[in-house]
Amino acid sequence: MKPYISLLQVRFLNGLQYRAAALGGLATQFFWGIMLVFIYKAFYGGAASSNGFSFQDLVSFVWLQQAFLSFLFLYDWDSEMLDMITTGGISYELCRPVRIYQVWYVKLLSKRLSRGILRFAPVVILGFIMPYPYNLSLPGSPVSLLLFIVTLFLGLFLLVAISMLIYISIFKTMSPIGSVGIFSIIGEFFAGMTIPLPLMPSWLQNICMALPFRWTADLPLRVYSGNIGTPEAITGIAIQSVWIAILVLAGAFIMKRITRLSVVQGG
Amino acid sequence: MKLYTKYISLLLKSQLQYKASFTMTVVTQFIQPFALFAGIYFLFQRFGNIQGWTLYEVFMCYAVVGICFATSTCFARGFDSFAEMIRTASFDRVLVRPRSTVLQILGASFDIKRIGHFMQSVFVLVLAIISADISWDLARVVMLANMILGGSVIFSGVYMLQAAAAFWTIEALEVANIFTHGIKEHASYPLNIFPKWITILFTFIIPFGTINYIPLQYLLGKIDGTGWLYAFIPLLGSLFIFPCILAWKFGVRRYSSAGS
Repeated sequence: MKPYISLLQVRFLNGLQYRAAALGGLATQFFWGIMLVFIYKAFYGGAASSNGFSFQDLVSFVWLQQAFLSFLFLYDWDSEMLDMITTGGISYELCRPVRIYQVWYVKLLSKRLSRGILRFAPVVILGFIMPYPYNLSLPGSPVSLLLFIVTLFLGLFLLVAISMLIYISIFKTMSPIGSVGIFSIIGEFFAGMTIPLPLMPSWLQNICMALPFRWTADLPLRVYSGNIGTPEAITGIAIQSVWIAILVLAGAFIMKRITRLSVVQGG
Repeated sequence: MKLYTKYISLLLKSQLQYKASFTMTVVTQFIQPFALFAGIYFLFQRFGNIQGWTLYEVFMCYAVVGICFATSTCFARGFDSFAEMIRTASFDRVLVRPRSTVLQILGASFDIKRIGHFMQSVFVLVLAIISADISWDLARVVMLANMILGGSVIFSGVYMLQAAAAFWTIEALEVANIFTHGIKEHASYPLNIFPKWITILFTFIIPFGTINYIPLQYLLGKIDGTGWLYAFIPLLGSLFIFPCILAWKFGVRRYSSAGS
């Protein structure tokens, strides 16, 4: 366990160095949030609520989504790992006395952690000081806030597990653009990142509930405002944990098989 | 011009060499925009319309912006990835050749894989044209052509500005994404839903309003007026390219090499 924790620390601290990039990202996220909020406002028109999802809850959803983008967005282009798979660099990685699944999982996790920690606060603050009704509301209750933090982090662990499966699929497809591009966009859609779940038709919501993606983004983002109540959030935490267990075990198993059988690319 | 066609045909040939990778990328590019497309579709299913604009009218907007985005990222790709050239100082090589820098950067990269995204937008455009109730006449056809032309020019202008900024920042400017990917994502909606300052920003400063919102109002029969006047508004908007070229020239003059 120890090497993985130190790897997490090193990578996390390393990621914190990219402050200028974070500043650029801040402007983008803020602008994105504003545009989305206005678009939804126009859709809602005068209505205060749609399908049990109030405009205020939706605005909080949008701001938190922008603030914690690196915890929520499935799309992740890690050129270091992609090159390793497509150019054969992975053979060195396999020689090391650590499990490759765990190492890659930690790498992806620490990158997202450092980005998220570096970027979330300014967006949250800007969200709070926006004029009504375009502002980020306070959490529904102290319990909602606590549950939000728990589901957000469990969601992150689940997201990285899904992300790992995408990287593993590249061993089969040998097309990083294909794998990362297509699987990410599908996953994000089912996660409620394109439009929030309550605004989808009910048949589509049912599909989303059955897939793992929704538990990474939609759940925490709606727990915050209290749109998803405490009992439902606690069930959600249980479901998140089950998905994490399933996908991590599956990922580690497939990784082991594939690396045993894989043909290293390149000379 | 002859030199440019030569550049393009070479780049085209080289990209088509990797057939499997090429197909995969094109297919990905075709599928990806469907997420946003589906998102818009479901929002309309829930809300019916957005301040009087219907689904197909918004699809029209979406398609025009998509086509322009795909076209300009295909042709002006060199400017999009220009920061790399500054960082590695390979721009020095461009400067010593006796041809214009703009031509050389345009010719340095040509991303034909964008055809996937392009096709998706054309698909949506056809869908919108069939379903939306438009009384076509010559002015409207010219208008649509001008919208696509003008939009591609404006997007290219933004890429150029982004590249020009790299002369000062030496690194890629993430902020510029607001005006490229941001526009692609959000400009599907009519400008009047936004507050004044955003409308002004997108009408007079980065004039995307001139290639979708303003002419579309006439095209879709929402306002009356002289058709031919509206048909040429997109071209007025594409004058945006001139300050961009100026900024670029200014940057080039200021350039001092970064490396060995």
